[in-house]
Amino acid sequence: MQRPVKLDCRGVWKVYGPNPAEFMQAYDGAPSDSDLTHAGMIGAVRDANVQIRDGEIFVIMGLSGSGKSTLVRCLSRLIDATAGQINFEDNDLLAMSEKELIDLRRTKMGMVFQQFALLPHLTVLQNTAFPLDVQGVDRKTREVRAREMVELVGLQGREDYFPRQLSGGQQQRVGIARSLVTEPDLWFLDEPFSALDPLIRREMQDEFLRLQALLHKTIVFITHDFDEAIRLADRIAVMKDGRIVQTATPEELILNPADEYVEEFTRHIPRAKVMRLISVMTKGVPEGDYAGDLDGDLSVETAVDQIEAADKPFRVLDEAGKPVGTINAQTVIDVLIGRRLT
Amino acid sequence: MRVVRYITQPTRMFWLGLLLITWVLSSYSFSLYKALGARWIIKFPKKWEMPLADTISEAMKWLVEDASFGLFTFREFTRFISSIIEWPYQVVRSSLIEGFSTGQGQQAVEIAPALSWIAIIVVLVALARYAKDWRLASLVGLCFLYLAVFGQWESAMITLASILIAVPLGVAGGLTLGILSYRSALVERLLRPILDLMQTVPVFAYLVPILFLFGFGPVSALVATMIYAMPPMVRVSTVALQTVPAEVIEAGTMAGCTQHQMLWKVLIPTTMPTLMVGVNQVIMLSLNMVIIASMIGAGGLGYDVLTSLRRLDIGGGVEAGMAIVVMAIALDRLSQAFAKKTQDDLPKSGLSFVRRHPWLMTVGMIVVGLWLVGLLVPSLQSYPEGATLTTSTFWTETMKWINVNFFDIFEAIKTFFLTYLMIPIKRFFVGIPWVWGIIAISLAAWRVGGWKLGLMAGFMALFIASNGLWGKAMITVYLCGVSVLIASVIGIPLGVWAGQNERVNTVVGAFIDTLQTLPSFVYLIPVIMLFRVGDFSAMIAVVLYALAPAVRYAAHGIREVPSQMIEAGKVSGCTSWQMLWRIKLPMATPSLLLGLNQTIMLALSMLVITALVGTRDLGQEVYIALTKANTGRGVIAGLSVAFIAIIADRIISAMAQASRERLGLK
Ligand SMILES: Nc1ncnc2c1ncn2[C@@H]1O[C@H](COP(=O)(O)OP(=O)(O)OP(=O)(O)O)[C@@H](O)[C@H]1O
Ligand SMILES: [Mg+2]
Repeated sequence: MQRPVKLDCRGVWKVYGPNPAEFMQAYDGAPSDSDLTHAGMIGAVRDANVQIRDGEIFVIMGLSGSGKSTLVRCLSRLIDATAGQINFEDNDLLAMSEKELIDLRRTKMGMVFQQFALLPHLTVLQNTAFPLDVQGVDRKTREVRAREMVELVGLQGREDYFPRQLSGGQQQRVGIARSLVTEPDLWFLDEPFSALDPLIRREMQDEFLRLQALLHKTIVFITHDFDEAIRLADRIAVMKDGRIVQTATPEELILNPADEYVEEFTRHIPRAKVMRLISVMTKGVPEGDYAGDLDGDLSVETAVDQIEAADKPFRVLDEAGKPVGTINAQTVIDVLIGRRLT
Repeated sequence: MRVVRYITQPTRMFWLGLLLITWVLSSYSFSLYKALGARWIIKFPKKWEMPLADTISEAMKWLVEDASFGLFTFREFTRFISSIIEWPYQVVRSSLIEGFSTGQGQQAVEIAPALSWIAIIVVLVALARYAKDWRLASLVGLCFLYLAVFGQWESAMITLASILIAVPLGVAGGLTLGILSYRSALVERLLRPILDLMQTVPVFAYLVPILFLFGFGPVSALVATMIYAMPPMVRVSTVALQTVPAEVIEAGTMAGCTQHQMLWKVLIPTTMPTLMVGVNQVIMLSLNMVIIASMIGAGGLGYDVLTSLRRLDIGGGVEAGMAIVVMAIALDRLSQAFAKKTQDDLPKSGLSFVRRHPWLMTVGMIVVGLWLVGLLVPSLQSYPEGATLTTSTFWTETMKWINVNFFDIFEAIKTFFLTYLMIPIKRFFVGIPWVWGIIAISLAAWRVGGWKLGLMAGFMALFIASNGLWGKAMITVYLCGVSVLIASVIGIPLGVWAGQNERVNTVVGAFIDTLQTLPSFVYLIPVIMLFRVGDFSAMIAVVLYALAPAVRYAAHGIREVPSQMIEAGKVSGCTSWQMLWRIKLPMATPSLLLGLNQTIMLALSMLVITALVGTRDLGQEVYIALTKANTGRGVIAGLSVAFIAIIADRIISAMAQASRERLGLK
């Protein structure tokens, strides 16, 4: 039942320095980290593999300088990867001509930027309509479209404002409206909320989820904030020093961190929110007395009051409604205090 | 003892030694020549002189008369450029002054008259209102009204016509080069040294070749103006484009911009405010060239000033000079307002074109209306001559009065400076035997910037000497030296003061801004009137012109001293005097040196003026070449000035660099 892969990226490298292509060849396309250091090259992205599926929110997460922006720019071909293979809907992205690329970007891709990247001389409406403008859509049509988008992001009444007259959050709403105006299939967001203060950031995340519930785009979302990643992601790829160290659902990351680096991130995460009953339950349903049945997809947080209040364990049901395990107050407490689960 | 120790430090030993030897040789070179009968000591032997001037003249002649690029000859090429410039210039000129007509001379039939003077003022006022507010509008209106009332209208319009051509062409050229060097690292690498050179080469280095290529007339003047005004535009646009945030460009790419769309829809609009600063610079530099350009055929106000200066017609000179100033102020403020303009009024989408542009419509109607009415009522067409005022006699009388009553004072000041400062310095420089001069310059350059710089300086000095221009070059160095010295003595303390005191800063800043808005030659008018022609007048004019950077950089340097340093000084118990001498000034040294550098460059670029007041330096050499249309001589003299500028620039830049490194600044 897995959805088809929309963007497939295999063995992608981006190496900065003199003659990167030659350098890659000298090491058979797989230099080690120490090879890079010795040659004085910067391996911004190293052997990255990601498959982004249709309609999912794929978050790329990592500390500053870990190569997230570089990777996403390789995926959108804003920069050319040094090595590797990227397929977009089964077309070789790296083999496309400039003209094909322009066409692709005009119809299939949208991108939101960390510093908003609005054009200072255009109004909200004109900024939003900009991608249509460069396509040569006539003014009436594009303004109608842009107005819809402005409304969608909640900026109606400010169509004629200039970017400098807007707050950061409002500016990013314009950035979002602009990236959506062409109805792209693939939507890139490079740390879209990092320049905003925490309250606004949460508000924008909610807004983002609301939009996605409406639009069902395929999304590549970059962040360095693990909380944000957890909140938004269907799947997360964690990057470190240019390499992807783990790709998994938020829950799997917490349950089975690939290494200490990932674990460090997950340590301060409110687990009860992320974990579903089905992943923390005790497997097997022995005969006995139960307080009731709970859906396995529920998060621990939502079920915690019920479980705690009952003096008997609950049965946990899988997707088909079949009981597959049990859960009691003790397990829930373990999850809540972050005791290592095995 | 302390003195001895102070002196015997190797660096100081070197410089003191160099100075001492130079001084001794300079003082006794003449006696030496007499005693040995060796004239070559003080004068570069005639028979060794390079026939370079003649060669260049020949080459230029060949270029113009015979050179061919296969498809077209060089002459066709220059004619082509001429026509590109000449045609729009004639159109603008006709619409501002002469009107359009067909036919030649007597048979000329007027098709359409020029724009009415009222219409021109209305347009400018409307522009000012559009760019900023009514205050600016009234300033601009008054400035141009002044030109009409005081009888300067026609000359002013000739000048305006050349500005209206030189500025757009200069801006377009500068922008194009800026875009090219933004796009290609190779172009940037090629352009950078050329731009550096252009900034150090004084204008008249290329006046004569331009005159030769394009002939005496407005085209030559426009070409020279453009070459002079373009470099800052190239720089500004390259830097502006380079500082467009990467994300904005990426946003453009992701929107699917083609390269062309990227340039016109993303890059240029985002950099517009900075580009407008460049435009303002082009305007100011073009105005700066007004008088110099009139030496090779620009008419208008510059020509009026020039002829008045030549005739020593005080009143006429002041009037035309004031007109230039007035125009410069109006155009400067206007273009600055455009640079700062932010469209805060919300665009009214949906309205028809006419309703959306009420200003444009009103102004258009006024212009057309006046034009029609002007056909019937001549005083609306051109300002009635009977109603002009003239201040010419007033100025002449005032000057006479000042000269009668204060002659002794001015004479005393002049004599004092000449006897105690200028003549001794002149003797020193002129006395230096050329052989030693070349050696000394090479040594100094080597000491400061390494053997490459030493070698370069040596060759440049040798070039000057071997073209028989050593003596004139030394007079040039002396005049600039004295002027720079005095400008620094006045300017640096003023800058230091302004750097420490906000209130002083506003006053001094305003004063300096005004000085910089004034076209260079304007200073000359009152100075000549008070002190008459001669080295002293030249010196004062140069000082006034070159003062600004000394003040600016000093103030800047003081202000930029890190506040931690100052706090550290305070904590260590420095008095404010110690603070200045021990902390602020040493920290500001790089900035002071850059100011010195700029002061020297400006002083050298004023040199052609000194020729007008009868000095016998390289400026005069260029001037002679100009009047005789002797290309070779002009080029050589221009190159010599350029070489002096380059040597000074490189030596001082190297010193600034060294002091920056010493202070641990980047
Ligand atoms: N044009 C470039 N030339 C050289 N090195 C580069 C270039 N662009 C990026 N890098 C290097 O690649 C590495 C990854 O950079 P990248 O911008 O992708 O990080 P990031 O994860 O997006 O960080 P941040 O969260 O700060 O945006 C960094 O070490 C950076 O210095
Ligand atoms: Mg980034």
